[in-house]
Order: sequence, then C-alpha cells, then structure tokens
Amino acid sequence: MAILELERLSRHFEVRPGFVDRVVRRKPSSYIKAVEALNLTVGHNEILGIAGESGCGKSTTCTMVAGLLAPTGGDIRYKGDSVLDLKGAGLMEYRRRVQMIFQDPYESLNPRFRISEIVAEGPTALSLWDGDEIDERVNAMLNAVGLPHHKYADRYPHELSGGERQRVGIASALVMEPEMVIADEPLSMLDVSIRAGILDLFKDMQSQRHFSAIYVSHDLSILGNVADRLMVMYLGQAMEIGPALEVIRNPKHPYTRALIGAVPVPDPRTRRAIPNIRGDISKPIDPPPGCRFAPRCPHADASCGERFMELDTADPHLHQAACHKLDVINDG
Amino acid sequence: MVSSHLKRRLKYLRLALVEHYRIINANPLSRFGFWVIVVFTLVALFAPLIAPYDPWEMVYDSEGNFAALQPPSWEFPMGTTHLGYDLFSQLVLATRTTLLIGATSGLISIIIGANIGLIAGYYGGKLDEVLMRLTDILYGMPFLPFIIVLIALFGRKLEFVILAIVLIIWRTSARVIRAQTISIKQRQFIAMAKARGASDFRIIYKHILPNVLPLLLLYAAFNIAWSIITEASASFLGFGDGETISWGGMLYELWLSGKTRVAWWWFASPSVCIILLVTSLVFVSRAYEEVANPRLRKR
Repeated sequence: MAILELERLSRHFEVRPGFVDRVVRRKPSSYIKAVEALNLTVGHNEILGIAGESGCGKSTTCTMVAGLLAPTGGDIRYKGDSVLDLKGAGLMEYRRRVQMIFQDPYESLNPRFRISEIVAEGPTALSLWDGDEIDERVNAMLNAVGLPHHKYADRYPHELSGGERQRVGIASALVMEPEMVIADEPLSMLDVSIRAGILDLFKDMQSQRHFSAIYVSHDLSILGNVADRLMVMYLGQAMEIGPALEVIRNPKHPYTRALIGAVPVPDPRTRRAIPNIRGDISKPIDPPPGCRFAPRCPHADASCGERFMELDTADPHLHQAACHKLDVINDG
Repeated sequence: MVSSHLKRRLKYLRLALVEHYRIINANPLSRFGFWVIVVFTLVALFAPLIAPYDPWEMVYDSEGNFAALQPPSWEFPMGTTHLGYDLFSQLVLATRTTLLIGATSGLISIIIGANIGLIAGYYGGKLDEVLMRLTDILYGMPFLPFIIVLIALFGRKLEFVILAIVLIIWRTSARVIRAQTISIKQRQFIAMAKARGASDFRIIYKHILPNVLPLLLLYAAFNIAWSIITEASASFLGFGDGETISWGGMLYELWLSGKTRVAWWWFASPSVCIILLVTSLVFVSRAYEEVANPRLRKR
C-alpha cells in the first residue's frame, strides 16, 4: 500500500480586486489555480520526483503535504488516513513522520540559533526524547551529514557555507526519524560544484534510513539520478508520470518532450530539433477547464481546451501522459 | 553527574554573556553609559549608607550656623536648600526613587508592549485589529490630564505614578515590535520551525522573540529613559509621590521655593543626573543593535 496518497488535491488562491472595483464595478474575485486536481501516490521506500518550471505548483504541493498550507480541495492521505483535519497530538505525530527539507538554506535557518539548536529544534519542540538523548542524536546526526559536531555544533548559520547550511537543513529534518521526506529543490540555491555532494548525501541517507521521499526539482538530470518515479507538472496540472528513466528516455506528452528537448547537450556539434512550442508560460489565473498546456501545444485542437485528463493512480508503475492526442502525436 | 545537555545550555549562556559584555565594551560611548548605569544603580542600592544627612533634616555648618541656601562647598558638596536641607543627601535618596520608577515602569511597559506586539503581529486578523485599535486609543490619551485624573482619584502614590507611566508608554513599543514580528514571521525559518513541529507559543517566544531582541532592548532602554523623564515632569508639576523624593521632585521643590534665579546649584545636580542617566541608557541601547544581528558583528 502506498504511504502517501493525494486525491484530486487542489489549491486556489483568491485574488480580490481593489476596493473600488469590488464595490462599485462589482468585479468578482479571480483565482490563481496553483495546483489543480492532482492525483499521486508515493510508495514505501520510494523517491518520487516532481519536475516542472517555476510556478508550476511544485512548491505549493510540497507545503500542502508538509501541513504548512491547507488545500482548497481534494484530500491528502497518509497510510490511508486523511491528514487534513489533524489537530493537537495527531498533527504533532504527523509532523514527526513527514518532514520537509527547504529550498533556501540561507533563509530557512534561524540566524539566532546555533547549529546544534537548529538540529535539536524538532525533537525539542515535540519532546521526543530527554535533553541528553536529543544532544546525543543531534551530535550523531551532524556527524552523519558530514559536519563533525565538535567543530560545527556551536556555530551560527552565518558562519557556514551554503552547502554546509543545506547539510544542517537535511540533518534537522532527518534527526526526527521521518518516514517521509519532502525535499523542495534542496540544491537549487547551491553552487553547481557542491550539488553532487549534497545529492549523494541525500541518496545515502535514503538508502540507510529507508524513508520515502518527494523530491522536487526543475533539473531533469538530477531527477533522473535520484528519483524512482517521475511526475511532470505544468501550471498546476500533472502532465505525465511514470518510472523516472522511462519518462526521460521515452517521453510521451508534448510538454515533457519539449522540456527534455530543452536540456542542453554539452557538445557544440550536436544539432537538435527545436521543439515547436509557442509563447511563454502564462499564469494560472482563472484558466480554462482543459489542458493548460493546450495554448502552447503544437498538437492541440479545440477539444484540448475543454476537458482535461486526470492521471490514474490505480497502477503506480504505469507510464501515463495526460493527453488526448497521444495516438496522433506518436503516429506523426 | 552533570548532564551533557545542561552543560551545553550553560556553555551557551556563558558565551552569550561574554558576547554581551564584548558588545558593550567594544564601543566607548556604550562602555561609558554602562558604567554610569552601574554607578547610579549602586548609589540607589546603598543610598542610606551614602547620604550623610536625612533629606529632610535641617543642617548646620561646622561653625554651628544654620546652613540655608548654601552654594556647593566641601561640607555640602551640592549645596543646601532654602530650608537648610542637604542637596547631596536628597540627590542620593532621590536616585533610589527615580531608578525604581524608571526600571519598574520601563520593564513593565516593555513586557506589555512586546507581548501585545508579538501576539498581534503573529496572529494577525481580528486579534491584531482589536489590539492595535486599543493602542490607537492610548495614542489619543494625553499624558498630563490622564495622570491628573489618576492622582486626583487615588492620591499621590508611587504605584499610581508608575501605573500612569506604564499605560502611556507601552504603546510605541507594541507598534514597533508588531511591525518587526510581521516581517519576521514571513521568513522561511518560521515555516521550517512549524514543519519541525514547533507550537505557536514556541514560535513566538523561541523563534521570533530573539530576532526582535535588538529592537526590544532598544525600546527597553528608551522606555526606561522616558519613564525617568516622564516621572521627572510629573513630579515637577507636583504629581509625584508626596512621601518620597525624586529628581523631578527636587526641581519641584526648587520651583515652589521661588529661588530659581538664585540657587543655580539646586537645579544643576538633579538636571545633570537626569541627562546623564537618560543619555547613558540611549548609548547602551545603540550598542545593542549590533547584538541583535549576528551578521553585523565584527569577528
């Protein structure tokens, strides 16, 4: 059974017009549909990658799963139970089991806390163990992420480099022994030269501790390396899902094809077919009901703007694309 | 056996104190201010031992003459009043009253202001609206009529002077701390604390409070300074505590005596004390802006 299930998960943000427009001109509110009817399952000990451009709803999905933002529709089930109405002890238990690694290691560490205090924050807030045991586990965790505790425990975040800070971020999530880790672009703020080290750390930790994970990134090469399965999102909708390498090597959806076609190849002599994609990514403000990629899709016709195909979660290992035109595309 | 956890906490406390000392010591003005405050505190604590006379005792000079309205001399280092009271003794005992009022109302007002600011800023919405309108109402309250009514109703008592000052002073610190709280609560480390399981209470007092500490200390010092000035003006107008003597009260006595133009020494010492203490507090608080933000510290 899956550890985490998202069923038609949606998050809309209301944009209220100004006072005059609202009262005098009777203009209704518009809605930014950041995430729309997302179906997804994550299995035990599985790393699910989410790929997509900025603004596609990856981070919104993460914050909802981490319990930091309430969805406006749909359901999140953890081990079969809905987590949306959790309060008090139940919520605390969920927080312990599902942890998040944040994107920006410069912003996500409290500047007034020492490293040992940052890592100890979760266990202390939830009183998981007594003071001495927390200290022991914090020290062990710091050593495990490659920051020897005798050197780093008493420092402040501003005394650390970006890579070291992200290690602290990882340590502070994993010290709680989560069963599920949500990593929201943990490498995107780091120098390219140190990304490999942090990625290896994440993978090592996952293989030692056997947590499930959602790993969000816009970098397909990272996702191909780290993820078991991969979901591609565009403007709040899921476009394609399947085993990671299969999605990357054999993309079905026109958007995924364009995305993979845009990955640079480090060989100046290679000639590539430039995907036939029009226009720019738009904003998901009051979008039409259909496929949100339709306005830019070379294969789209009128029907694409009317109905959207939701992905099915019955068989998690199936490679599926949310497109009605797959036959046409694959023939041509 | 001492637990390793406790040891680590004690170590951090010691490091924090060393750091505070270093911050104050790094800047000559704040070092000066710090020592002025220490001296005044010691004077206040040991006032009865330091004062050579009772503040309301008519004094006589070494030749046995009644010493009324004497300028400063070796015998009476700050001169005497027209009724022959020793001004040095009065000043020393007044230090105690002034510091007591300043510290109490300054600290109470910063505690109220900080809590209201933190809670209003963190929760926002209706609670914020109610608390901030309350602050606005207090902004509309003029200090002097307020204290006159309070004193008229309850009498010239120290507690009511403190109460009046506190009620008027907390409003500014509440507003400033609310603004800072709103900006800090949107930072990602607050989201991270929430994801790690920290409660609202813990987020407010453990995560936000240390980050508004610079402002808090700044306003604590301002509040103490303003309390001292406010108490002095209230006393000068005759709304101080009738039983004790304060620096403002000494100036009031001078005014009543009608000797303002003659007895320069009578207003010199309490005025200099007020200015010295208030500026010292401001100097120290300025140095604390650095403590607040570890990134500003020199390494």
